[in-house]
Amino acid sequence: MDTPLKFRLDLTGLPAFRWLLRARWPQFAARAVTLAGFIFTILAGLFGSPVGSHNFAILFVWIAWWTALKVFFIPLGGRSWCSICPIPMAGEWMQQGWLVKPNGKKGFGLNKPWPKGLRNAWLQAGAFLAIGLFSAVTLTTPTVTGWVFLGLIVAAIALAVVYERRSFCQYVCPMGGFIGWYSRISPVELRIKDRAVCNAHLDKTCFTGCADGAGCPWGTLPPALRANNSCGLCLECVRTCPKNNVVFNLRPFAGDLDPAARAPRKFDEAGLGIVLLGCVLSFSAVFQGTWGALKTAAFHVGSPAWFLYAACFLAATLGLLPGLFAAAVWAGKQLSGSTLPMKKALTHTAYALLPLGFCAWLGFTLSFSLAKFAYVWPVLSDPMGWGWNLFGTAAWAWKPYLPALTPILVAATLIGGLLWSGRSVLSTARETLPAKAAARMALPVMVFGLAFVLVELWILI
Amino acid sequence: MQTLPPAAHQIESARSSKRWVWIVLLGIALVVVIIPLPFFVSSPTHRTYRIEAKTFEYTPATLYANPGDTVTVEIVSTDVVHGFMLDGHDVNVTAEPGQTARVTFTADHAGVFRFRCPVACGQLHPFMTGKFQVGPNLLLYRAGALGLLAVASALWILR
Repeated sequence: MDTPLKFRLDLTGLPAFRWLLRARWPQFAARAVTLAGFIFTILAGLFGSPVGSHNFAILFVWIAWWTALKVFFIPLGGRSWCSICPIPMAGEWMQQGWLVKPNGKKGFGLNKPWPKGLRNAWLQAGAFLAIGLFSAVTLTTPTVTGWVFLGLIVAAIALAVVYERRSFCQYVCPMGGFIGWYSRISPVELRIKDRAVCNAHLDKTCFTGCADGAGCPWGTLPPALRANNSCGLCLECVRTCPKNNVVFNLRPFAGDLDPAARAPRKFDEAGLGIVLLGCVLSFSAVFQGTWGALKTAAFHVGSPAWFLYAACFLAATLGLLPGLFAAAVWAGKQLSGSTLPMKKALTHTAYALLPLGFCAWLGFTLSFSLAKFAYVWPVLSDPMGWGWNLFGTAAWAWKPYLPALTPILVAATLIGGLLWSGRSVLSTARETLPAKAAARMALPVMVFGLAFVLVELWILI
Repeated sequence: MQTLPPAAHQIESARSSKRWVWIVLLGIALVVVIIPLPFFVSSPTHRTYRIEAKTFEYTPATLYANPGDTVTVEIVSTDVVHGFMLDGHDVNVTAEPGQTARVTFTADHAGVFRFRCPVACGQLHPFMTGKFQVGPNLLLYRAGALGLLAVASALWILR
């Protein structure tokens, strides 16, 4: 018999909230705003000031949005950003033949299934590594940000024309991978209410679509949904379920890590998680470290110094950190006498380190966002860097906000992440081992986590 | 007084002992966070640092002082206009290429403070920073100790 899930509060029980989820206009309005911002970002990137700190594309994407993603969207809403992301809009419109609600028209596209060999998180891990390789340029150079965004939208359209559903979001988009991995920690989830109702409903309109909406663009059958990463919160299933059996729950943080949730644990997703853990260390060193030579090497793409940086970056994120992690898991297995196969042990443990990874990204973001946020006000008045003063804030002087508080917030976030992951590592080990053996299994992984946190603290504070 | 059956009594006792463990751990964590740590403080002195600034880099990038020291920073820019702005202090100076700018201030609070280039000097300008450490980096030590405590406490609970 299944272990019952911890606290769940069905928010769709509130009529106003259910209306908000089912109505198409609020979501469409939000997506229209983000689409306008996206197009403006591309224009500002390509035609605005080449100085990053004076350009909307850099300030609003890499300071404001990037911070909002980690402070608000992911920890409170899981994949809530994906719900209003403008990147797949054009491709989906072509695929479905409608933009706001079904109108009987048919879309076009080859509708091919995504290749079986690529139905995993490795492409997204690779795409995120590419971001890391070119981060010093992409995150600071407006034209590059403009071209990258244009490239993302073209790729999303091209893949929507060839492949079915949101293949781009699910298997290619680097941010989709990042958001999906960490969406498991959020205190909300979209799930079904009663499995028996789904079993009895043979039409499965949530998956196939109907006059009320599209079949799940993420290719997920809601009754099989057990983790937030497989749900883009597009809300189509809420609209297409004739039984009102799809609900939006409030739950404890990291509900997907609770063994009772029986969320699948996959080796490729675990690999993505470890790559992201390595990337946050590299990002911290490049952007918040005090090593000018490293910044210069990361910035001058194509130079011998950049190739050396790229080699070190790849060696650290694909070799050193995963190697240390594997050594910690192996040592834990030896100490505890666990008979779990190594691949499974690595996978399970990587999921348990998810809170630490998220807190490391949050700590890294906090370390610079408060200091840089004051750049946003002048850019609000002069988004292209052309000398405008739309809101009278163009001349506001830059001054870091709360510089004394920032290191404390960063330290608290990292230590909080270590504690959270420690608890998670122990409870994961307890799934297969008795208490004492679980503690021995967890010890080396916790030491790995502690070492990771100490290095991150040393760089950031 | 009602006597609890043995099983319930054991559960209650385990709960109570777990509560105590949490209270003790919280107490230790509070001590780690707030206890004033003794560290050697020499009498205030005058320190001079000459910093070379070039695109995205200060050399040296980490400066040290003791609380109460008077610090003079001479900043020499070797390429474009750079500057030296120190968090938590009223220090903001600009250096023209080839010229030395100088600022003197008192390191009156202990801690680690970032210094930053306040003049847009290139694409990575917002990340051109260094560290000014006054006294030992207590926040790092305390955070490290808390991390150790977190690991130790997790294992203690499951011992």
